[in-house]
Amino acid sequence: MAEAQKTPKDPARHSSFVPKEKKSSKPFHDTPMLDQLESGPWPSFVTGLKRLAHDNNMMVDLLGQLEYSYKTRLGYWKGGTVSVFGYGGGIIPRFSEVASMFPESKEFHTLRVQPPAGNHYTTKLLRQLSNSWSKWGSGLIAFHGQTGNIMFIGATSENTQHFFDEINEYGFDLGGAGPCVRTAMSCVGAARCEQSCTNEHRIHRTLVNNFIDDMHRPALPYKFKFKVSGCPNDCMNSIQRADFAVIGTWRDDMQVDQKGVKEYIESHGRKYTIDNVITRCPTNALSLNDDDTIEVDNKSCVRCMHCINVMTKGLKPGKDRGVTVLIGGKRTLKIGDTMGTVIVPFMKMDSDEDFEKIRELAATVIDFWAENGLEHERCGEMIERIGLANFLEGIGIEVDPNMITHPRTSSYIRLDDWDQEAQKWIDRQKAKATA
Amino acid sequence: MAQAQAVEKKQMRPPIESGCPDGMQYMHPLMVKNFGNWKYHDRPRPGVLHHVAHSGDEIWTVRVGTQRQLGPYEINLLCDIVDTYGEGHVRFTIRSNLEVMVSKWEKVGPLIQAFNDAGYPVGGTGNSVTMISHTQGWLHCDIPGTDASGVVKSLMDELYEEFVKEEMPNRVHITTSCCQINCGGQGDIAINVQHTKPPKINHDLVANVCERPSVVARCPVAAIRPAMVNGKPSLEVDEKKCICCGACYPPCPPMQINDPVHSKLAIWVGGKNSNARSKPMFQKLVAAGLPNNPPRWPEVAEVVKKILYTYKNDARDWERVGDWVERIGWPRFFEMTGLPFTKFHIDNWRGARNSLNASTHIRF
Repeated sequence: MAEAQKTPKDPARHSSFVPKEKKSSKPFHDTPMLDQLESGPWPSFVTGLKRLAHDNNMMVDLLGQLEYSYKTRLGYWKGGTVSVFGYGGGIIPRFSEVASMFPESKEFHTLRVQPPAGNHYTTKLLRQLSNSWSKWGSGLIAFHGQTGNIMFIGATSENTQHFFDEINEYGFDLGGAGPCVRTAMSCVGAARCEQSCTNEHRIHRTLVNNFIDDMHRPALPYKFKFKVSGCPNDCMNSIQRADFAVIGTWRDDMQVDQKGVKEYIESHGRKYTIDNVITRCPTNALSLNDDDTIEVDNKSCVRCMHCINVMTKGLKPGKDRGVTVLIGGKRTLKIGDTMGTVIVPFMKMDSDEDFEKIRELAATVIDFWAENGLEHERCGEMIERIGLANFLEGIGIEVDPNMITHPRTSSYIRLDDWDQEAQKWIDRQKAKATA
Repeated sequence: MAQAQAVEKKQMRPPIESGCPDGMQYMHPLMVKNFGNWKYHDRPRPGVLHHVAHSGDEIWTVRVGTQRQLGPYEINLLCDIVDTYGEGHVRFTIRSNLEVMVSKWEKVGPLIQAFNDAGYPVGGTGNSVTMISHTQGWLHCDIPGTDASGVVKSLMDELYEEFVKEEMPNRVHITTSCCQINCGGQGDIAINVQHTKPPKINHDLVANVCERPSVVARCPVAAIRPAMVNGKPSLEVDEKKCICCGACYPPCPPMQINDPVHSKLAIWVGGKNSNARSKPMFQKLVAAGLPNNPPRWPEVAEVVKKILYTYKNDARDWERVGDWVERIGWPRFFEMTGLPFTKFHIDNWRGARNSLNASTHIRF
């Protein structure tokens, strides 16, 4: 491979290709530091930027500013206010602080655009998006940003509107920026994964498209993110980075194909199976029988996915599927990183009513947080400040032992309504038993 | 003028608030046909996934590493390859890998060859080091302490062989973040900016640029207070309390936190998003004080490789970096990697007590 890099089979059709003809009128800045990022086997973004600089002056100066950052070890972009008509967000404005040196890229805004759920594209669509962006912007697109947007990087204030008008006509809409509902993400899921326990794309679109007003007109305490993963492998990293994480799961027994299990043991060996499947179960819910079949204690299984990940032909999630909802995940600012907390251990996600129910839950959570969150306070930070029990009361959800790792260990608590609260639990258990 | 503006406004096109587009219309036909009906998968070779549906249909996915930032040349080159050797349908993974779906195994070889001939690596599946999660950095962010694309490019050059092969104990997710907000998220190995000096305040600008009460409220340790400096309303920082996190910098750019020398890089390990085996885990600090050294950050690469290859040699199959350290223990981790253990590794933030060893569980 490294060889192929040195001697491309077809130099004009290679990631290291730089055009001979220069269409941009402005001479290139010297970029000795960036030039060092053109060697090596991984495709170089610098070579990509240089190709664009052959085409337009904006990228000539952008390269100049980037080199200046490399040299001085500082960034030179400042925010501001830019939006398209009718929206209050969706664009990350960038004005250069060193525009006197690099005037052509003095305005270099990014448009955040929501990709199709599951990040599916046809080549035709990719080319269409690229053509639109070359017409109105720098040509540079990031697939995708950390929140999940297609990032169209580098447009003047004026052209953001033209570009948006063009792609909005063929079905694309801006994502979120600022204190608002942000662009959501969902995994490939049911489209191509046997471990998928739900229709990720439908949940994704049900949630985000119902809060489109809260996305385009930022008026919430801070950002709010939805992410949907089809199984507890959580490929969308939803627990750590979504305010509202929806994860596919099941509540009946996992499906076991003993033939597949036996084949796995035959090809990998007994010891390997014991060491890598049986003893890796976090709740000791697996046992290997003497005849090389597997026994599952489904009541103790926590749906961690490990054994299913290893024995893809032997084990599968169960058939009674739904989702778990966790709320309050976020990154460091301001109280330190938080993971989401289980708020709904299980809900079905089959009928239209089920989807309506999750939409209502999200609306209740957002309303309560919009009402009670402080400025710049994420939902998880609010929960930490007011306590989970108060949050649950606020959104009308009953307590459940699935929400905790263990009960409280501190006796410093007033128990004024203990009998009443205990009675609620007993009544709920009775109601469940008779249902 | 006002009239001219009014006329212009009238002509403005109202947005179609269509939100997130339906992915179904762009999906490979076999994925539409077998939606929700897949039976199992395997990996015939690194960089290739093979999924089999209950209907008997099969689909192969070729995963391609990209530079994430793509221009028309790259997009058309990749699309030409997909149109010639694939079937016109692609998707992107969360880590910016391109996935190309085809309905026949016979198409996989020529597709891989075409990507390789064009200088694009195929890999990133299973127990490989997949693409590094990628933030914006100096290219576009307003508060970056370092670059993102350059760090990723430098590291992926060094870890190229680990991307195209599947030789790690389990998958390895490396992340980068250009400030302490940590946009890159949790990773098996995370490379994050760590500032080491309080912000330098330009008192002439604060009153005009910053909403002072918001800035005061933003500080995690209440180290900022309003003050009059040289007769102007400004802000001052109690530098003894300040933890140099940079949280005040985004709402108040005159409080410059980035410094070419004192903004350093730190390495964290053991973050994990999956619920497989253990619950999701946060990454833990293991190394700091590394220089922000563009264009290739060699000191960072050295520490990352040291950790990565120690893990590769010592971890058991299916152990993620975090799982591995939980088994061998932190003393052994620091011993094996040769990284110094300092007082700074001991947490003193909220809930810090939970991270102290309150037992006699000690490995000798």
